[in-house]
Amino acid sequence: MTLNPDLIVRFSAIHRLQWEEAQQKDVILYPEGMVELNQSSAEILKLCDGSRKPEIIVADLEQKFSTSGLQKDIFNFLEIALKNGWIEQH
Amino acid sequence: MAGLNNTKATPPRWLLAELSYKCPLQCPYCSNPLDYAKHNSEISTADWKRVLSQARKMGAVQLGFSGGEPLTRQDLPELVCHARQLGYYSNLITSGYGLSEDKIIQLKEAGLDHIQLSIQASSQELNDYIAATESYENKKIVARLIKKHGYPMVLCVVIHRKNIHQMEQILGMAEELGADYVELANTQYYGWAHKNRDLLMPTKEQYEKAEAIAQAYKEKVADKMKIYYVIPDFHEDRPKPCMNGWGTTFLTIAPDGVALPCHSARELPALDCPNVNDFSIEQIWNESKAFNFFRGDDWMKEPCRSCDEKDKDFGGCHCQAYLLTGDMRNADPVCSKSPDHHVIEAAITSAQVSALSADEKPLLFRNSKNSRKYIENNELQ
Ligand code: SF4
Ligand code: SF4
Repeated sequence: MTLNPDLIVRFSAIHRLQWEEAQQKDVILYPEGMVELNQSSAEILKLCDGSRKPEIIVADLEQKFSTSGLQKDIFNFLEIALKNGWIEQH
Repeated sequence: MAGLNNTKATPPRWLLAELSYKCPLQCPYCSNPLDYAKHNSEISTADWKRVLSQARKMGAVQLGFSGGEPLTRQDLPELVCHARQLGYYSNLITSGYGLSEDKIIQLKEAGLDHIQLSIQASSQELNDYIAATESYENKKIVARLIKKHGYPMVLCVVIHRKNIHQMEQILGMAEELGADYVELANTQYYGWAHKNRDLLMPTKEQYEKAEAIAQAYKEKVADKMKIYYVIPDFHEDRPKPCMNGWGTTFLTIAPDGVALPCHSARELPALDCPNVNDFSIEQIWNESKAFNFFRGDDWMKEPCRSCDEKDKDFGGCHCQAYLLTGDMRNADPVCSKSPDHHVIEAAITSAQVSALSADEKPLLFRNSKNSRKYIENNELQ
């Protein structure tokens, strides 16, 4: 499965993204498991809300953090997220 | 409590709520204690809510509702709803017996995240024999309903000598039922499985063949279905780690409110496991003798104490050490460095002899009658 730049990305229906107070971290919860996220991964996943294509996510984050050149890192992460089933494209 | 206070203990992450020892099935490998019939009281809805709140406050996030059969508790939807409000990820670990479509919808609305359904075999005859209850056809219906209502589904199949030959069919069935994950759990020999070990333990050749099938299948369905393969430790030369480390991650509460560091800890002597009716979860986790018992490595004897692998497996399983060597502080005898390792070899041989014998003794099924018989005999001795 590889990332398709022309398709909208959506966070998986069978995972849950949530802020954990005790750990001061965002985490992904799934059956009997949990992945702790660093801040940038969490920011990316929060934009996978079924309304944005990968490039829009890049543009939105570059704007939010007033920076540029994030495309490669973000696409790499989305690729991993897709492989792990955290996000979907239809 | 005992004047101990372990402030360095990491908080619990996983809470296993064993709501009831009642179960309509009678699996002969059940991990419930053999004397479960003795512990037949159940804590109240309010007690469970308090436990859930206290553990969540400490940092627990994964919550398993199990048993016995958790569906026997009428307050399950209410507890699920409470758990959801607290922010838990709730897993229902069920045999599926008595799980109607209405209940599946009701639990979903209450906030249940996931259902793990057990199935005993890939054929009706064997499933119903192992479960000692007619349940196969219904389980398949339940599996489809779980997927129909949008839950992630784990199909859990405990593997042993009676069903290991069905590995390929089991995987095919899981795929066909739309499982997102399938857990192939090689039997762990505690509780009822320990009693039935001669009849349940496969041969090394059977394991190897089954594992090769599972590995090949893994590649075939990589994108669709994840396969967890729980390895059989009797044929390894190093033990499995004791969870993530004793008292570091897992907290089990038994139906009567007894807090256990590991779900089979009830079998261990002299741990004095505390009850949630007497102490808060924080006191239990940080201060109780039971939760501090195997924390760190001060408790270790040789060969573990001076072993350079002790941070990897924490000396293995203490329940297994107790059941097979009589001392829970001993190294898990699965370890080839253990002076008791021969008991594992003897167990393997004994199972092989049993498999070849013409008149194997019958399986001891997990039910209240057998549990009471066990209690009586034990107390007479
Ligand atoms: S293992 Fe079988 S008998 Fe034991 S609780 Fe689970 S379904 Fe019931
Ligand atoms: S000797 Fe003890 S610590 Fe070392 S590998 Fe064996 S069980 Fe683990």
